[in-house]
Amino acid sequence: MKTITVEQLVKNYQNGKVVTNALKGISFSVDQGEIFGVIGPDGAGKTSLFRILTTLLEADSGTATVDGFDVVKDFKKIRNCVGYMPGRFSLYPDLTVQENLEFFASIFNTSIEENYDLIKEIYQQIEPFKNRRAGQLSGGMKQKLALSCALIHKPTVLFLDEPTTGVDAVSRKEFWEMLHRLKIQGITILVSTAYMDEATLCDRVALIQNGQLLSVNTPKGIISEYPNSLWAIRANEMYALLHAIKADPDIESCYPFGQYHHVAFKNPESNQKKLEQIIQNGKYTDVEIKTITPNIEDCFMALMN
Amino acid sequence: MENNQVITAKDLTKKFGDFVAVDHISFEVEKGEIFGFLGANGAGKTTAMRMLCGLSLPTSGVATVAGFDIYKQTEMIKKRIGYMSQKFSLYEDLTVFENIRFYGGIYGLRDEQIRQKTASLMKQLHLEGEEKTMVRSLPLGWKQKLAFSIAIVHDPAIVFLDEPTGGVDPVARREFWSMIYDASERGITIFVTTHYMDEAEYCDRVSIMVDGRIDALDSPANLMKNYGVNSMDEVFLQLARKAVRTAE
Repeated sequence: MKTITVEQLVKNYQNGKVVTNALKGISFSVDQGEIFGVIGPDGAGKTSLFRILTTLLEADSGTATVDGFDVVKDFKKIRNCVGYMPGRFSLYPDLTVQENLEFFASIFNTSIEENYDLIKEIYQQIEPFKNRRAGQLSGGMKQKLALSCALIHKPTVLFLDEPTTGVDAVSRKEFWEMLHRLKIQGITILVSTAYMDEATLCDRVALIQNGQLLSVNTPKGIISEYPNSLWAIRANEMYALLHAIKADPDIESCYPFGQYHHVAFKNPESNQKKLEQIIQNGKYTDVEIKTITPNIEDCFMALMN
Repeated sequence: MENNQVITAKDLTKKFGDFVAVDHISFEVEKGEIFGFLGANGAGKTTAMRMLCGLSLPTSGVATVAGFDIYKQTEMIKKRIGYMSQKFSLYEDLTVFENIRFYGGIYGLRDEQIRQKTASLMKQLHLEGEEKTMVRSLPLGWKQKLAFSIAIVHDPAIVFLDEPTGGVDPVARREFWSMIYDASERGITIFVTTHYMDEAEYCDRVSIMVDGRIDALDSPANLMKNYGVNSMDEVFLQLARKAVRTAE
């Protein structure tokens, strides 16, 4: 069964004379129990999409359903069965940790005890601070409280809008481990992120840019769609090397990736030899050249062009 | 400066009550260096940066920034540094030119210098004809590039970049780093924090803070070699997992 369906969603914002096309007719669907990632930079349309699906914003045209309910006609039913964690911290800063959780439980006609099992593992980490005001918590603890509050009514679908933005690499890893444990309990998760490396932690992803979907597939599927063969190269003078490679007319793209540059060719026949030639002309040392499998960021940049 | 060191810090410490936010950190940063300043949330990065920018007095230890003492010469420091973060950079409801004029004015540039700077910035950023555009309506990638250019409009000795590329698309992120390299070639020292570990690999040297201390400081290549791993991501995970204090 499809837990989320999105058909030709369009959303425009008007500010004076300026019209922003936030969503330009996007379509996809999410299966029950999937972790589905919406991946793209700020301004791509991720938050507009999340707000439409959680019935907080109306689309200009197109349709969408969540758990079988229409986002416009059945908005009250949807609000009862989904959990939503917005990108900006939206709990009550002047209530304590426990008061926030009790508040969200009671507006959904439930209690902390009733669904404690679901949040136990996450909530236990912040329970020692249950009498502290939410506004006084660190970023990581706020995030755990917000997730607990989004789960307290046992939702069937969880919407997480950029939960890991500004979060360090270790906490990000822990957060994704929590999501995988929620998935095992049958919750469908729609999660957005600007970190491309998080794509591989999703079952399927939609790459989004300027209100349009660039691709919808499994992470492996997206990588297998990469059109060129890809090379990684490094040498002593990386910045000079970047300019030298980019200046060559046979090069499709060359982007820095950590200690390597990733290079794709317009013409598949010209490849390693060409790179070796560039290296020789520039008298570089400590050279390493190898073929590599593209990562999601390589794919995203290729699709952007 | 005679000795080429733009930052020197020795046993720099900041306590809040009993809590030691920054615990005896010592390091030096050279002119033109791209220095990565990493650490988990709550490790003490922001507190350390605030002291180096002259915004917060240390509890103990000594440090100089651009040759000035961070206890007594904070106003001189502020004139010789630039600062940019993702959260605070430009005024959205001012135009491109108004932002340049505002920051240029604050840093004491004359009208003639501001005009020249504006012309050269517009050309460099391929923003010619956009002087009167509201910053709000620029795409994020452009905003960040403009913010960086404005942060160095007064040719500071050092620019502090606090997560400058968060949320920026991958192509714009790389264009941004290319601007960082250009500034460093011109002799501006770069002090940068980031959560993108591939960006850590673009730095000349990287320090990693854990529980208020600097637990590692070296070139990315040496760090990876010493920790026996192939990426800065793995170096960071190994170190940050040792943290005792949680960010609270």
